[in-house]
Parts: sequence; C-alpha cells; structure tokens
Amino acid sequence: MEILHYTFMQNALIAGILVSLAAGIIGSLIVVNRLVFLTGGVAHSSYGGIGLAIYFGLPIFLGASLFTVATALLLAWLTFKKRHLSDTYIGLIWAVGMAIGVIFVDMTPGYNVDLMSYLFGSILAVERSDLWFMGGLLAVVLLVVHRWYREFLAISYDSDYAALRGIPTGRFYTLLLILSALTVVVAIKVVGLILVIALMTIPTHIASHRSATLYGMMMRSALLAASFTLLGLWISYRYDLTSGACIILVAAAGLVLESLWRSLRRPKSPA
Amino acid sequence: MKVLQVENLRFSYDREPVLQGVNLEVEEHEFVAVIGPNGGGKSTLLKLIMGELLPDEGKITVLGKSPREAREEIGYVPQNTNVNLDFPIRVLDVVMMGNPKQHREAASWWERLFPVRYNTVERRCAYSTLEKVGMAEYLDRRIGDLSGGQRQRVMIARALCAHPRLLILDEPTSSIDVQGQKQIYALLKELSRDLTVLVVSHDLSVITEYADKAVYVNRTAYTHDLRRSPIHLQQPEGEHFCEIELMQMLAEKTCECEHHGGKKETS
Repeated sequence: MEILHYTFMQNALIAGILVSLAAGIIGSLIVVNRLVFLTGGVAHSSYGGIGLAIYFGLPIFLGASLFTVATALLLAWLTFKKRHLSDTYIGLIWAVGMAIGVIFVDMTPGYNVDLMSYLFGSILAVERSDLWFMGGLLAVVLLVVHRWYREFLAISYDSDYAALRGIPTGRFYTLLLILSALTVVVAIKVVGLILVIALMTIPTHIASHRSATLYGMMMRSALLAASFTLLGLWISYRYDLTSGACIILVAAAGLVLESLWRSLRRPKSPA
Repeated sequence: MKVLQVENLRFSYDREPVLQGVNLEVEEHEFVAVIGPNGGGKSTLLKLIMGELLPDEGKITVLGKSPREAREEIGYVPQNTNVNLDFPIRVLDVVMMGNPKQHREAASWWERLFPVRYNTVERRCAYSTLEKVGMAEYLDRRIGDLSGGQRQRVMIARALCAHPRLLILDEPTSSIDVQGQKQIYALLKELSRDLTVLVVSHDLSVITEYADKAVYVNRTAYTHDLRRSPIHLQQPEGEHFCEIELMQMLAEKTCECEHHGGKKETS
C-alpha cells in the first residue's frame, strides 16, 4: 500500500477511474451504434491536434480536444447520410490526422517529442490539472447520457423509426461523436491513442452478454473498465511495464476468461 | 371523414416518374391490402403518405390534414424486424419508443430530467398495448430472445402505443413462418375494428381472407373492393397459383368493374 503515498500514483489512480467510467459509458453507445472503426479513426487523427498544439505552444489537451472535435464534426457530416461510404472517409481522416501531427512535430524547432507516450499513454505523468479536465468530461458524459437516455436508446436501436417519431437523429448522432472524441482525448494520457479503442470496446463486449438494457450495459462496462484499469495499473507498477499495454492485456484476459466461463456454463447441444 | 385521400398524385425520383395519376380513397376502419410488383412504387407511396417524401403533383390528405401534420396519428411497422438482435433492449423499451410524449405528460420533474426508468403510467400503457397483441407477459424479455412472429407483434404494439388512427405495415410477415403469418393477419383484422389498417403484402391470403380493399400499385394504382366482389382462388390441381396472375386478374377485374359501374350510373 506504500505506493499510494506518491502523488503521481494517486493522480494515476484517480485518472484511471475517471477515464474508465467515461470510456465504459460512451464505449457502449459506440459499440451498439457500430461506430468502433469511426472512433478508432478519430482517436488516431487526434495526433494531428497534438502536433499542432506542440507547434503553436498550446496546452496539449486543448489542442487535441479542438482538433478531434473538429474531426468528429467533419465525420458526422460526411457519414450521417452516406453510411456506406464511411469506411473510406474514416480511413482517410485516420491517416491524414496522423500525418499532420508528424509534420508539425518535425517543424517544431528543438522539440524532441516522446511519440510513444501519446501512442501508448503515460498515466504516471498525469497532473492535478488533467484530473479536473477528466472529471469535468465524466460529469458532462453522465449528465448528457442520463438526460437524453431515451433519445440515445431510440437512435441506437432503430434510427429510422426514431426519425419518424420526431427525434432529431442527426443532432444526436453528432452529439455522440463529439462525446466520443472528447473521451478519446482524455483517454490518451491513460492508455494512449492506439489502445483507447480497446478500453472502449472490451468491457462493453463483456457487459453486452449480461445486460438486458442499454443502461445496464453502460453501467456494467464502466465498472469493468475501471476494474481492468486498476488491476493493469498495479501490474504495470509491480513489474515496471508500460501501463496502457498492461491495462489492455488485463481487459483482454478478462474477455477470454468470461467467454470460456460462458461456453462452459452453456448446456451442450446434442450432436 | 376519409382517413386517406390521394388525388392525382405524381412523384419522380429523377426524371423517371415512379408514380403517376394515383387516386386512392380509404374510409375509416377499412383493412386495405397494397400489392404490386417490386419496384412498382409501393414503398414510395407509403413514404409519401407518411410525409417522408413530398409529391411533385397532386394532393395527399391524411385524416383531413397534410401527411406531416398527421404524423402523430399514423402508426408504422417497418418491414424487417430481424435487425439488431444482439441489442440489449427489452420489449418494454421497444414499445415505449412508439410514444415519446407519454413520458412528458406523466412524469415528475425528476423523471423528466433523468428519464432512464419507466414510471407506473408508462408501464401500464405498455402492458395494455402489449395485451392487445397478446404479448403482455413478455414485457421484460430481451427482444432478441423472441421468435420472428413475436417480435413482429411487439413492433405492432410499438406502433399502437401512440394510439394511431391509421396503422401502416410494410410487408409485416416477410420474415415469419406461415402459422405466424395467419395470426398476424387475424390480429390486424381485429385491430381494424378500432382503426384503419393499410398493409403492403405479397401474401395472397390477405387479399382472399382478410382485406376489405386491395390496391394494386404499379406506377399507378387500381383499387378493388373485395367486399363487393370477393376473389375466390381456385388453385388448379398440381399447379402453382402465382402472385403475378392474381395481380393481373385484379387489374383486369378492376377495370371491368369501373367500366360496368360507369355504365350503370349513366343508364
């Protein structure tokens, strides 16, 4: 328990919990709306925002947030009416965003950036000010998802019918993409922009088998994500390994164990 | 009052007209079957009636209003209900989707702010609607655990939840077994005592056993009143009676009827 005396460790634990809860809730909406690939694209393109922030000397969080929200808005506009073309647009934005980031980091004089910390996270470098940002985002996510739960449920389950009943589906689709973009940004510190998609989908996938409602799924995956993060963090500290990768492998192990347990419990069908 | 009145309707997606010179009248409590070949304009006609598309020419009146104004009084059951079966959602959630307004009327300020749970008024409404379609005991079941026919009943309950006066169904039995199909049509027939039912179907038994009117849609529309001249299908031994033949027969018969009717009036 002596590890809890270090401020950086306290910050890491709080950050891990805040980000996991947001990732579990928004991750559920991403999965049921089949927007995993799109969110992956937004996550990678956020590197463009990081590069721009470094070049112009802005806070990284601010640069990345503005850039990813802009990306999300662009994708919402491009893909809402043409779902069949979304693959192409996502792939494009994925790569272009990263390319912008690399170029702007190159152009920053004397800046020797640790690229790896953005790709795979650097949870031990979380500062107090970051925690406020993460807490704020979680509060917004909780508020929005509760307040418009019925609308999100309706557009996720049957978008055409929701539109027929007068729900502005385009607006909620855009809102969902903005929330996922912001969740991705805060999760970069914890697991990095490559691994964030796993934190948003693995707990959700486990929760989906055990939930009768979307709300139950969101709450279960939030708790699962937080547990995986805490365990992964402990392993990373204990064996001196990269924290983001530990968290994701713990989650993956959880998924494998859960599937095994389910297949053993299921009565064997004859023949 | 007429439930539906379509006058000299014309609609085209690009330049090619999909529907032209369509006239159609539906009275209250009628059970109307819409048939016709694929690509003949059935779905387009439904979209126009529901106000999703606007006609190029002509006029559509639903319950004395424009389709958009009448939207809340139209219940709709989509064609394919076998989508999203993994979705974590209960029968109750699906049914309540049909009437988002119910909540606002019955809820306290706290429930209005955080509408995750359903209150007693809503649960009671969902229960009574599900009772009408014989699915009340499935209220808390996951939608993916139901059979195709049961799921279709839930979708009908969702449409009934807002107490519509016109119920529109787009091939409601295309993905369920024969026994389930008959039950669905018997249910619709029963419902048509309280409201007007308009159903798109490829199913011959609807026309021969249940419907009051058949509307044949293929770029234009012919209406055939089955109550005045019912159709008896005599399936020849060993031969398959094809939908196309029925359509042709209906189209011819309708023209004949109109012709004779016109004569009668003049004489």
